Amino acid sequence: MLTILFDGIAYGMLLFVLACGLAVTLGLMNFVNLAHGAFAMAGGYVTAVLMNRIGVPFLATLPLAFIVPAILGLVLERTLYKRLYSRSHLDQVLFSIGLVFMAVAAVDYSFGSQQQLIQLPTWLQGRIDILGVQVGLYRSFIIVICGALVVALQLILTKTRFGSRLRAAVDDPRVARGLGINVSLIFATTFAFGSGLAGLGGALGAEILGLDPTFPLKFMIYFLIVVTVGGTTSITGPFLASLLLGIADVAGKYYVPSVGAFVIYTLMIVVLVLRPQGLFERAR
Amino acid sequence: MSTNIADHVRATLVRRGRWGIGEILFWLIAAATLYFLPERHLILNEIVIIGLFALSLDLILGYAGIVSLGHAAFFGLGAYTAGILARDGIADPLLGLGAAAIAAALLGFVTSFLVLRGSDLTKLMVTLGVALVLGEIANQASWLTGGADGLQGIAMGPILGLFEFDIFGTTAYGYSLTVTFLLFILARRIVVSPYGLSLRSIRDNPLKARAVGIPVNRRLVAVYTLAAAYAGIAGALLAQTTQFVSLDVLAFHRSADVMLVLVIGGVGYLYGGLIGAIVFKVLQDVISAWTPQYWQFWIGLILVIIVLAGRERLTERVRVLWKGVAGRTAKSPETLPKTSAREV
Amino acid sequence: MTIALETKGLVKRFGGLVATDNVSFKLEQGARHALIGPNGAGKTTFINLLTGVIKPTAGQIFLEGQEITGLRPELRVQRGLARTFQINQLFPAMTPLETIGLAVSERTGGGHDWWRVTGSKREIIDEIVEIAQRFRLTDVLDERTSNLAYGKQRLLEIAVAFACKPRVLLLDEPAAGVPEAERHELLATVAALPRDVSVLLIEHDMDLVFSFADRISVMVNGALFTEGTVEQVSTDPKVRAVYLGESVDE
Ligand SMILES: Nc1ncnc2c1ncn2[C@@H]1O[C@H](COP(=O)(O)OP(=O)(O)OP(=O)(O)O)[C@@H](O)[C@H]1O
Ligand SMILES: [Mg+2]
Repeated sequence: MLTILFDGIAYGMLLFVLACGLAVTLGLMNFVNLAHGAFAMAGGYVTAVLMNRIGVPFLATLPLAFIVPAILGLVLERTLYKRLYSRSHLDQVLFSIGLVFMAVAAVDYSFGSQQQLIQLPTWLQGRIDILGVQVGLYRSFIIVICGALVVALQLILTKTRFGSRLRAAVDDPRVARGLGINVSLIFATTFAFGSGLAGLGGALGAEILGLDPTFPLKFMIYFLIVVTVGGTTSITGPFLASLLLGIADVAGKYYVPSVGAFVIYTLMIVVLVLRPQGLFERAR
Repeated sequence: MSTNIADHVRATLVRRGRWGIGEILFWLIAAATLYFLPERHLILNEIVIIGLFALSLDLILGYAGIVSLGHAAFFGLGAYTAGILARDGIADPLLGLGAAAIAAALLGFVTSFLVLRGSDLTKLMVTLGVALVLGEIANQASWLTGGADGLQGIAMGPILGLFEFDIFGTTAYGYSLTVTFLLFILARRIVVSPYGLSLRSIRDNPLKARAVGIPVNRRLVAVYTLAAAYAGIAGALLAQTTQFVSLDVLAFHRSADVMLVLVIGGVGYLYGGLIGAIVFKVLQDVISAWTPQYWQFWIGLILVIIVLAGRERLTERVRVLWKGVAGRTAKSPETLPKTSAREV
Repeated sequence: MTIALETKGLVKRFGGLVATDNVSFKLEQGARHALIGPNGAGKTTFINLLTGVIKPTAGQIFLEGQEITGLRPELRVQRGLARTFQINQLFPAMTPLETIGLAVSERTGGGHDWWRVTGSKREIIDEIVEIAQRFRLTDVLDERTSNLAYGKQRLLEIAVAFACKPRVLLLDEPAAGVPEAERHELLATVAALPRDVSVLLIEHDMDLVFSFADRISVMVNGALFTEGTVEQVSTDPKVRAVYLGESVDE
């Protein structure tokens, strides 16, 4: 029971790191980026390739799993995405689905369609017993890393100059521009950072979520649930939504495997219909 | 003076109801392929079915402005309904078609209330969610649907007791084409009716539509239900003519593909879905012959390019071209309206 | 005199802001009534409440004696309450012909009709023509609405509302943004509407208001400040102080 809760929390935290970039793109640029998962996949493959082909140790690959997708995100944002901010949501959806298809096929072409397996370092394998609860070491590791990231993000958002500008830009881009804030620079930076986080999440999650070319499609709905249910005006909303989703998913698959996903999708629909602004948002 | 204007007004309004020569040609050519392209009937059958599916998406997207990422829900439900009926011994195709239409329409009616409110994003998510839920149900209820193995043992009887399905797909193609044509006529009629006009107004500006006294929600429920029935029929046609249904009919890529098909052909003039289906299948044929596995990459690229190049502008161009051909019979003394009216 | 439209104790709060403050208001049958007030006074909010675009926090609304407070917007239109918007709300991709045709066929109950081709009914055609002529739109009937000159768009905005055959017509700054030269003509068109249509006009231009209205209400900070004939309001020193003072001298 507690083990499941623990696994669920780890899973949820992972989802948050994967999806929080999407929350920002959506909240900040009002851009529906269905291709967000492709950046996560990129991070996962960076780690897998570095480890399996070159033999770089797991931890050492993580910075690159962040940096590569971040640069990728930056380039794409500057060249393509920024042209679509003012377009209809339909256009954005079509465009980003197109990107997903391309990413899926391209990865399939380069690395094959099989699952990428990652050999975790031995000190992260296995489970230990804490107060009678079986706790996976790797999952504890994920909770620690992701927890640290969440705290760091929260600090960046609330304590730094960049954070206050970002919040101003989310609130009202026009006013922010009027205040002399370089909104497009903020867009680019956040997009890149969000993509990097997704990549990191993809690398960390390769063990738990699996990693193959269909990753962006398989998890798209999860990311979308996190941001639509959590809302996009704060970071706590998506965080809580991630935890809920993570715990619900793990528990669902364990206790009622035959209806697991069904329940999640149904709940998502109910939440969206009743609270289109998100579960944790005050209705406007 | 005022009778002149009245004549002009009537002519302009009624003209949209009239068939242009291009349209007539289009359907004549389609009918001719029944005789002249016998070796292509299998793929033509698929094209027609996809075209009908895309047409149904056009009804809600192009005419009512509802974005959907889960239109496959209705397609899949129709396919399973028709497939299950046929497997369980009700072999009459038209009966199956009717049942599929009703089942899909019911689902459409019920779920339409979920997409009335909320932003585009909410609509995308809700439609996607409905399709996922359905896919999940179909997957779990393997006693009914065959689950991941697919629905096997579909045996169709002859259409109207007269036409047996053959292995070349000729009957199948003729059947699908006829059904699609009839449904097209109905759709075409609807979009030039006052009801269709009110849908366009809702798509353009729901706030104003309400201010003109249009019961926006009721209209949207109606068109969503209708489009669902159309999609259900398309699914049923697929099940009946291929005699197989798998979970694939409910998959996300179905919903995405149909969107792509419609976007290729152009949104909001009814022929977009059909033309898009032809282009899509031909492209698929060509690209698959060249790199079979990575076909998806090129689809993605096409989507990206279409969007970047300006979907609306491309559509407008196709539509103008189409009007050039289609509008030839409409002998209009007045200058053509600068709005290329959304319908043909 | 019968009352065409009435509100009792209407209140609308946006969070802490009281945008409509206990407004009890009467519009007489056949009136040419103007509602004036400084920017942000709550005039548009009042119209939005009347037409059901937003829901009141408290209070009641009556149309020709019947309560319509909870009625959906489209049903209010069907009962004879039509409006125009301060910022054009049109159908950019449709033509004026289609727009007016839409409103007329919707009002005559043709909106559910999905089999008949639009424009096959004689009465509807005649009415479209009548409205197009009244609002001087005959020369642009087939233009795309988004391509129309601004003045024409404003006319179309009123024409569509009129096509709903309203008993009460609410006009939210119909002349706003229209070139000086066209304003009087536009208001003259409105003034020439049949007398059985009661009109409530929101307008900042005092010349227009004085030439158009027979009664004026002044709204300040969401509340009705005063009401009276043109004579009374234009000479009221309090009104001059809060409002006219700045405006008239411009
Ligand atoms: N939806 C809303 N949410 C919050 N505040 C609103 C909303 N609509 C209007 N307000 C506020 O209510 C007040 C009244 O606005 P309203 O638009 O009714 O004024 P107005 O008299 O029409 O002004 P103007 O002459 O500029 O058109 C303003 O302070 C406005 O900011
Ligand atoms: Mg106003």
